[in-house]
Amino acid sequence: MTIGVLALQGAFEAHVKALDSLGIAAKLVRTPPELADLDGLVMPGGESTTMLKFLEKNGFFDVLQSFVRHTPTFGTCAGCILLAKDVKNPTQKSLAALDITVERNAYGRQIDSTILTAPTNLPGNPLEMVFIRAPRITRTGPGVEVLANRDGFPVLVHEGHLLAATFHPELGADLRVHQLFLDIVQAHRPS
Amino acid sequence: MADHTTNGNFGSPSLRLKTGLAEMLKGGVIMDVMNVEQARIAEEAGAISVMALERVPAMIRAEGGVARMANPKLIKQIIAAVSIPVMAKARIGHFAEAQVLQTLGVDFIDESEVLTPADESFHIDKHAFTTPFVCGARNLGEALRRIAEGAAMIRTKGEPGTGDVVHAVQHMRQIVREIKALTVLDDAELYNAAKVHGAPYELIRMVAKAGKLPVPNFSAGGIATPADAALMMQLGAESIFVGSGIFMKERATPLDVENDPKERAEAVSRAKAIVIATTHFNDPKIVAEASEAVTGTMKGLAAAAIEESELMQTRGW
Repeated sequence: MTIGVLALQGAFEAHVKALDSLGIAAKLVRTPPELADLDGLVMPGGESTTMLKFLEKNGFFDVLQSFVRHTPTFGTCAGCILLAKDVKNPTQKSLAALDITVERNAYGRQIDSTILTAPTNLPGNPLEMVFIRAPRITRTGPGVEVLANRDGFPVLVHEGHLLAATFHPELGADLRVHQLFLDIVQAHRPS
Repeated sequence: MADHTTNGNFGSPSLRLKTGLAEMLKGGVIMDVMNVEQARIAEEAGAISVMALERVPAMIRAEGGVARMANPKLIKQIIAAVSIPVMAKARIGHFAEAQVLQTLGVDFIDESEVLTPADESFHIDKHAFTTPFVCGARNLGEALRRIAEGAAMIRTKGEPGTGDVVHAVQHMRQIVREIKALTVLDDAELYNAAKVHGAPYELIRMVAKAGKLPVPNFSAGGIATPADAALMMQLGAESIFVGSGIFMKERATPLDVENDPKERAEAVSRAKAIVIATTHFNDPKIVAEASEAVTGTMKGLAAAAIEESELMQTRGW
């Protein structure tokens, strides 16, 4: 399978390494034509405002929006913000593919960043979750499955072919979230 | 099992959070800003972060005097004005300034040679802070000494406030060359390398094994054009700091972004172009288009014309 990692800015390299550990040689995506022929896309953490500036040029936004409507996509942190239906603090444009509302920088600034280990709906042990200037999912639509929580708010969500996390599985050694995404991609491929 | 960040299994949870934010800042541009309007322009242009300071290096160089941490009031205004991370500078060794910056909620502290050093022997013990630090370096030994003190990001120094990229290139090439040289040494030779570089053996061994620094390596100092940014990214920088290159015109005069729409547009054009060139550093066609959109540039000051005693890059030990 061919997986792309959006590489406009942010932690794309860490995602490439995580996917490499699972035997996937990911392709970097910086322009709209590079989305062609992908079976799945990872949108990394970084600054969603910066990524939006690039998407607003050369019709990238529209191409990406139609891509994420049909093709498995995994967004972490800024990537989760881009996928969300609604974005608050401040209100900003998004791809509106995943039926959630996200509040940016909701846990505070960098001094409030933290690493937590908690049980999740993933098989196996509790999951280590690295939160960096993290957003908060404040609403989930009826079709959204919540796989992990922090203080009662969802931090890992799944809806159809879309997966999103407000934490950074690419910054840890546990590959279960990336594996889950690859399983979603596999299930979505035409047999 | 290996960790997937630049830092490998390096360090404590606290250090992982610090280098984690540095990971998020990769492939982008951090812009020096002196007021709220400049911070807004930077965010609007796609900066990943802003560095709040009272005077950019070009002004410090021209005006002289003691350069210190920015006024907390200015930093708070900038934090309130933008949604992206905010950095601010503390003087080398001035841990009390750093404590103030941490209290204000600054996301990254730059222990910077651009300001007048406060301690001629010791840098700040950066492990003592929750807020991550970035420090300048001209060579591998200097970079590893800063990392040993707790820096979560290194930026090559260049010569700030000049608009002349020559020393940024020199320092990046030096660090990359010294890293490459370590990767072919055997264990016995690594002990001596630690002595030669004046850096802890454990860090030397880590760099030799990984072929890169254990924290992200950004570039700063004299970067003034989109092509400068593309150059530094191709030489191995993971992000770009731009100081005087965006908001300055003739020597030490800032563009009037608050009252003059033409000068505001000029600053926006430069900021946007450098952001585009940093992401698409490997695509000369896009760098060319970005360069074409720029109106005006910082006049600049050839680094070779600066007296040795006036250099900022030699501060830090």
